Amino acid sequence: MNLLAASTTVDLARAQFATTSIYHFLFVPLTLGLGPILIVFQTAWHRTGKEAWLRLTHFFGTLFLINFAIGVATGLVQEFQFGMNWSVYAKFVGNVFGAPLAIEGLAAFFLEATFLGLWIFGWNRLSPRLHLATLWIAVAGTWLSAYFILVANSFMQDPVGYKLENGQAVLTNVWALLGSHWAYYAFIHTILAGLTCGAAVVFGVCCWHFARNRSVEIFRPAAKVALIVLVPVSCANLWFGSHFGILVTSLQPMKISAAEAQWNDCQKCAFSLFQIGGFTQSDQTPSFSIEVPGLLSYLSTGSFNGKVTGLTELNQQYEKQYGRGNYLPPIEAIYWSMRGMAYAGSLVALVSIIGAFLLWRRRLERLRWFLWLGVVTIFFPFLASAFGWCLTEIGRQPWIVQGLLKTSNANSPAVSTTWLGISLGVFVSLYIALLVLDIWLMRRYAGRDPSDPGEEPGGAPPAPAIGY
Amino acid sequence: MNLQNLWFVLIAVLWSGYFLLEGFDFGVGMLLPFLPRDDEEQSAMFESIGPVWDGNEVWLVTAGGATFAAFPAWYATMFSGLYIALLAVLFFLIIRVISFEWRSKSKSPRWRRVWLWANAVGSFGASLIWGIAFANLLYGTPINSSNDFDGTFWNLFNGYTVVAGLAVVAIFAFHGATYLTLRTQGDLLERARQAARGLSLLAAALGAAFLAWTVVVAVNRNDKSAFPPLLPALIGIAALVLAVVFVYLRREIWAFTMTGLGAIAVIATLFTSLFPRVMVSSTDFANSLTVSNSASQHYTLQVMSVVALVFVPLVLLYQGWTYHVFRARVGGPSGQPT
Repeated sequence: MNLLAASTTVDLARAQFATTSIYHFLFVPLTLGLGPILIVFQTAWHRTGKEAWLRLTHFFGTLFLINFAIGVATGLVQEFQFGMNWSVYAKFVGNVFGAPLAIEGLAAFFLEATFLGLWIFGWNRLSPRLHLATLWIAVAGTWLSAYFILVANSFMQDPVGYKLENGQAVLTNVWALLGSHWAYYAFIHTILAGLTCGAAVVFGVCCWHFARNRSVEIFRPAAKVALIVLVPVSCANLWFGSHFGILVTSLQPMKISAAEAQWNDCQKCAFSLFQIGGFTQSDQTPSFSIEVPGLLSYLSTGSFNGKVTGLTELNQQYEKQYGRGNYLPPIEAIYWSMRGMAYAGSLVALVSIIGAFLLWRRRLERLRWFLWLGVVTIFFPFLASAFGWCLTEIGRQPWIVQGLLKTSNANSPAVSTTWLGISLGVFVSLYIALLVLDIWLMRRYAGRDPSDPGEEPGGAPPAPAIGY
Repeated sequence: MNLQNLWFVLIAVLWSGYFLLEGFDFGVGMLLPFLPRDDEEQSAMFESIGPVWDGNEVWLVTAGGATFAAFPAWYATMFSGLYIALLAVLFFLIIRVISFEWRSKSKSPRWRRVWLWANAVGSFGASLIWGIAFANLLYGTPINSSNDFDGTFWNLFNGYTVVAGLAVVAIFAFHGATYLTLRTQGDLLERARQAARGLSLLAAALGAAFLAWTVVVAVNRNDKSAFPPLLPALIGIAALVLAVVFVYLRREIWAFTMTGLGAIAVIATLFTSLFPRVMVSSTDFANSLTVSNSASQHYTLQVMSVVALVFVPLVLLYQGWTYHVFRARVGGPSGQPT
């Protein structure tokens, strides 16, 4: 009975962490990616003086801010819940993990929050050049912020720069921590994902206006900018993500083999695009699957001829190293997360390439079926991000810090199942309510005519189109 | 001073910064349903803190992160022990943060009213709970021998902690009112002055009661002698009394300075009363968390010291500049918040 209560407590704490992280990361990549596109718009206005760029800055700036608020709010939950739900973890890693979190606040988040405030309200108070600079600085702050948070997360995947002392991880080399290979890979992957999200939103909104034949003149340059970002970035991220897989294989082989449901050691291993069954120890052979020969070896080792260690063998190795037990993560969940991420990401790349081709042939604005596809494509990079985090975090199980501390031992002993249930209920209801309102607001603001700021819903005065 | 003690002071400085800065924007939030007569004035009040609230809130993010890094055991016990309280704080902060960006996004009076109240309730609730939560660190909570909280939510409430919560609410509301006397004009300014006068005695009385009681609690429950805690407590009481005087004399900058000092005194007095402990155990005094038994290793503290030394002055510089940029009064006869 006690064991049951203990396991539900951990499950509830995990459910809360997963919900908050996934939710938080719907808004974060948009901030990371839309920010630089706003920079392009406002810098273009600054350079050319063309009114259209200013209108685009205001238009997408408003969409940016509607979402930024939720990102900030859920970021607080992210920071607090390490202590609230995972106090054993917090004590265990605080020496190491706390540092990048604190540095993030001091070096990045202050920058982002302060300069964004200056940007929102500074339109008439700062010189145009200085005002433009505040946006550059705020966006730099968001990227720095992502870096420090990913440094912290990387310690959970691939702990570096530490030693164990009295049952705690203790920082020994901050440069090793900040220079973690994992963090660099995760940072580039995340930034590319963010840019994909931002550009996909801009492109989708443009498509929506083209499809309804509204404000076409104004959105034409925006669509161009969006595609110039989207095509290389979404393709690069597919390549980079698969390259990241090679690093993951060397540091967390279990994650990759589990993501492929690869039970046995193999060479020239095939990658299954889709399979039915084969996800449990008792049922290791799928009853149906579509395979691409050699691709798994390529993805995890960089060579079509590479050798991949299977789950059974890996579990035996882990047992030798860490003692008897089951070290397999939930296989089916991460098998599909991996595919959800890859397929959603590929779809974005495909749509953007077709979009660029159509733009070049001057047919984009009239091809209605494609325009609606462009609108729907808004959702794919966000799906890909969510699946990506599921793969990373579920794939790390049963560890909360790879090889050092297990998730099942890391939650707060002071927090009862009831409290956790209540807080999960509160957060989930709040998140759902906010998401509904957010989508409603986004639809409303994304659909308005940027050339006529006097007609904005909310009746904001024309001068500070962004404001309270 | 060793690094552990330095970091105890730095954590106090971060929380003081949070109380000083977010204190007045919480105060402005609490006054939102009462001061403005129309939508325009409501917008003006939102705009008075619009450019700065986010930067102010980062003091909280940083205080949380720095506690995690410098005192992991304190962070872990405090955040898991005050679970329901912090859950409520998060709820209040979330609805409040969102109200800033969302209120203006629809003309509908009902929509705008909902977000105005979200901000007001969020500001009030967060202030109240921060007061109660911090007072509990000193008053003592059930902490067992493995340094974990093992009480219930209701353990957090007693006469002292409730007075602490109310005092923080009153001081923040007063602080917000004096801020508004510096940032508004016209009728709204007149009403902000009235509010400041109305709140001044209440805030000074509650604040003084709380600060004096804190010294008593420090002596009775935390094995302190009266002297060191008495100093910040007296400074805080003096500041609040002077704030009352300045409000009546219409010396607005001075009144705001004094309410700010009052907000800082809450943290300064509590932290002085706590030292060398960071969380008192009511189960067994020996179970209390102390600066030395909850701190990180020397190397982490060294790294963090360098980071703080570089970035805190920078932050102060550009946040100060922000306040300079937005020093002009908002609202006014033209009706156009510029």
